[in-house]
Amino acid sequence: MNPAPSLPARPSDVYFFATCVVDQFFPGAGMDAITLLEKLGLRVHFPEEQTCCGQPAYTSGFPDQARKVAAHQLTLFPNDWPVVVPSGSCAGMMKHHYPTLFAADPVRKAQADRLSARLYELTDFLVNVLGWQPEDQGEACTVALHTSCSARREMGVHLTGRKLLGDLGQVNIAQQDHESECCGFGGTFSVKQPEISGAMVEDKVKALQATGAERVISADCGCLMNILGHAAWKDAQEGRAQPSLPGEHIASFLLRRIGGAQ
Amino acid sequence: MSEHTLHFKPTEGFRTRSKAVVDNPVLRQSFRGAMDFLMSKRAAQFPDDEELQSLRSLGEAIRQYNLAKLPDLLLQLESQLTANGIQVHWAETPDEANTIILGICQRHSAKLMVKGKSMVSEEIELNHAAEAAGIGALESDMGEYIVQLAGEKPSHIIMPAIHKTKEEIARLFADKVDGVDYTDNVDALIQIGRNVLREKFQEAAIGLSGVNFAVAETGTLCLVENEGNGRMCTTVPPIHIAITGIEKIVEKLEHVPPLLSLLTRSATGQNISTYFNMISSPRKPGEKDGPEEVHLVLLDNGRSQAYADEQLRKTLQCIRCGACMNHCPVYTRIGGHAYGTTYPGPIGKIVSPHMLGLEATASMATASSLCGACGEVCPVKIPIPELLMRLREEAFSEPHAKPAMRGQGAGYSPLISAIWRAWATVYRSPALYRLVSWLGSRFGGLLPSRQGAWTSVRVPLRPAPKRLRDMLKERG
Repeated sequence: MNPAPSLPARPSDVYFFATCVVDQFFPGAGMDAITLLEKLGLRVHFPEEQTCCGQPAYTSGFPDQARKVAAHQLTLFPNDWPVVVPSGSCAGMMKHHYPTLFAADPVRKAQADRLSARLYELTDFLVNVLGWQPEDQGEACTVALHTSCSARREMGVHLTGRKLLGDLGQVNIAQQDHESECCGFGGTFSVKQPEISGAMVEDKVKALQATGAERVISADCGCLMNILGHAAWKDAQEGRAQPSLPGEHIASFLLRRIGGAQ
Repeated sequence: MSEHTLHFKPTEGFRTRSKAVVDNPVLRQSFRGAMDFLMSKRAAQFPDDEELQSLRSLGEAIRQYNLAKLPDLLLQLESQLTANGIQVHWAETPDEANTIILGICQRHSAKLMVKGKSMVSEEIELNHAAEAAGIGALESDMGEYIVQLAGEKPSHIIMPAIHKTKEEIARLFADKVDGVDYTDNVDALIQIGRNVLREKFQEAAIGLSGVNFAVAETGTLCLVENEGNGRMCTTVPPIHIAITGIEKIVEKLEHVPPLLSLLTRSATGQNISTYFNMISSPRKPGEKDGPEEVHLVLLDNGRSQAYADEQLRKTLQCIRCGACMNHCPVYTRIGGHAYGTTYPGPIGKIVSPHMLGLEATASMATASSLCGACGEVCPVKIPIPELLMRLREEAFSEPHAKPAMRGQGAGYSPLISAIWRAWATVYRSPALYRLVSWLGSRFGGLLPSRQGAWTSVRVPLRPAPKRLRDMLKERG
């Protein structure tokens, strides 16, 4: 796809909001996303004071606690640079739910609106702001793509991840059964209703494995934690030494494909 | 009907019931197949997304317009129906509705009532009340007839017997219907049902039906159906009683076609239903058929509680198409009975708390990953995930003096609330977050390998030995 004429002006600086899951559980994915953005010529700023978008409390029915945590994140991005988030779920929280969360607080509502207007999920930013087309330098391979429900239904960015993978000449994207269906993570849902969540992730992992793809790629680490966590559990149950379904964040995959991994 | 199917307390045993289905591969495959079929039927009806989205917006606007005027419209409907010769009754509770309906039956010394499909009659458990009053209540919709024969409740609001296989139905008919030999030929099974019902339509003194849309300006009750049994119930017996929730009202006849189109295409993937009945009066002098009396029972049962709150009011936009169930990954895994409520699935989760109180339904609100599939397909754009989050808040917050909902705080746990307060304290403070996340990266290996429900089907969670911020510092 050619860069559309409607692309916003190419920024020179961006903020990177890593999310608490990436900071603590998938730091490699965060590093790769930052490296990728830098390779594309951007100065990436990581506000040291960042913590969590507040979504866990928000979706669990504790909006007051979510508001306190969200209010802190509103203070992190003083310059008018885009804010890039390597997660559709957390980006959806900040872009779409912050304005609702602060509806009764005029000062923070205005801050939330300003943040919302310049906040991007990573693949959305790569495609629709930078107009980037990755040049594939890797070997031929087949991967499956899992898109989070927030990315698909809240952010509408399920197509950008697919486009980036589609741009990679040697990468084949496997079709999976019930692709648009939830993996069953849902934050506290996974522990409050473990039977249902367990059935959902079991079906998701089976559908991904049935594609024969060598790995699953996702732009959301919450889903990956769930999907890879179940696949590894199943491997252990059935005595497999090698992971039957490896997976990684799309930033790591893209960086490696363009020959930029360290 | 057996006692155990009645008066569920959904919270009790929800997890046990859902586990039973999840652990049953045959049931799981059967629900999956049925939901896939319904999803593909709907998708085929909406090939043009732009048309779908503009129709959904129109549907939403019509429902919101009518809800905004609901109190006036109810009065207008009552006066117009009365002018047309239809008798209007108001019921606040299921008991009141049953008393009204059974009172009409008793005035006419009715022994038998034939019923068209009505979820509101399930909501008030009319069959049970009728039986207790010595009045037979026979379901005439084929799916409802099957679940009634089996002594069960519907597991889906549009397809009540979707949980049953052809073979189970064949066995049921052979066991329960006089003079029937086992056959799993679907046409033969339907013919058996028809033969039984045909006689009963003539015998019954009362025909009962639901209502899909009640039109205020004309005093018209609209009924959508496919089997013709609805038309039989509303025309053959001398008395027709319709029952509906107070929210099913529209001001103008012109509001009906868009909603009808959304309803049939979303529900069963039909361009239009086989029958669409418009009932505006009892039999008039000189007319050869139609009931001598027509009654409408308008039921509240918690709907005015939802109505009173701007956000919760959106619950009442529902036109009962069932698309949210068909697209729900949770419903697909556990089916309708596991919910333990008259209305299962996403719509059941948001409407049942108003009918039964949050005491009985607090756990239902947690049974969602908030994936948003329901909201995406809802033909009248009910923001179901948002409403679920609101219900979680109502259920788990500390009880307070002016609750918006009955049972507010029913799921309140001082410990859980304290955990979230502590969480907020850490995550709003960069220094505390740095400390806690550093401890996690250093000592995460010491976390237990059993981490509650998470590790029932997953490996334990372990923070990485270096956080992203540590890696960035090292890189310089």
